[in-house]
Amino acid sequence: MILPSYLLALKQDFLSATTSEYIGQLRLRIPADELQSLLTALKQRYEFDMLIDITCVDYLNYRGATDRFGLVYVLLGTESNERLIVRTYLNEPDLTVPSAVPLWESANWLEREVFDMFGIRFAGHPDLRRILLPPEFASFPLRKDYPLQGRGERHNFPVLTRESA
Amino acid sequence: MAIEVPENVLVSRLDQLANWCRKNSLWPMPFATACCGIELMATGASRHDLARFGAEVMRFSPRQCDLMIVAGRVVMKMLPVLQRIWEQMHEPKWCISMGACASTGGVFDTYCVVQGIDRFIPVDMYVPGCPPRPEQLIQAIIDLQDVIQRGGTIRGAEFETRQRQQPKRALVELPVLNQPLHRLTTGGGQRI
Repeated sequence: MILPSYLLALKQDFLSATTSEYIGQLRLRIPADELQSLLTALKQRYEFDMLIDITCVDYLNYRGATDRFGLVYVLLGTESNERLIVRTYLNEPDLTVPSAVPLWESANWLEREVFDMFGIRFAGHPDLRRILLPPEFASFPLRKDYPLQGRGERHNFPVLTRESA
Repeated sequence: MAIEVPENVLVSRLDQLANWCRKNSLWPMPFATACCGIELMATGASRHDLARFGAEVMRFSPRQCDLMIVAGRVVMKMLPVLQRIWEQMHEPKWCISMGACASTGGVFDTYCVVQGIDRFIPVDMYVPGCPPRPEQLIQAIIDLQDVIQRGGTIRGAEFETRQRQQPKRALVELPVLNQPLHRLTTGGGQRI
């Protein structure tokens, strides 16, 4: 496929970035330590002014996978109508990436959700709490090594009787 | 000594009188969280007309209710809310667990869905179905009225006490496949 000109210029700056294409979607893979500078460049120089989504994939026991977690950023340039998917890969025990909240405000809750479900930590996030699960919850349920029926969290409530209520 | 009783006077027990009043004016608290709630609304609406059984006054304040109808699945973030509302309702009070999800968790056997509200609050009547037809819910209310009329006492002595209560299933762990059992607290049922 023919890469757009901004992506060719970007690959001059980030030599370790690799591109691929799947059903018309451009994907950019970057090592985790260059993620911050890449996202900053995309926001400031290439006018990707909207962050659509941040999500994560657990590749545990996935066929052919070499890394554990895949972190996915979906970006949109509202002027150019360009869409770009930025992916980076993380492995335990170093599950910390820089937060994207200084670049896009919408990253705030998206990063909290990724933290809630996968336990990825975002350094510099203003308020990295659980967003969906109760604060006492101790596990990260969308990890593939978490059992579907949980680890007994759903049984952990006081039992009300007729006398006590 | 024979006392002359006029024809229009009935003799009964005070318990019977209280039960007769209670059973014909159940005020439901609709705790509707899922599709069972739609059937609950249909039950209260004109076609099925729960008013025929004196239970049409749905109140959204637990202070005014004496029948909680839990319609739908309850997740672990909702259960403290459910328990709080149950505690806020005045005695005497009853609970109907409507549908498969409220009674057993239904098909949602996942980490965050409570596997039956009867693990954590007392339940008087279960309605099977996914979701149950309004007729089934009406039948449950009729059966509950029957239970209240037959077994009720004015002081509420018929309600289960801690001594009479069976051990709650919540205190028995469900086996988790290939995983060691793990609890957030050591004591069963302690809020953390």
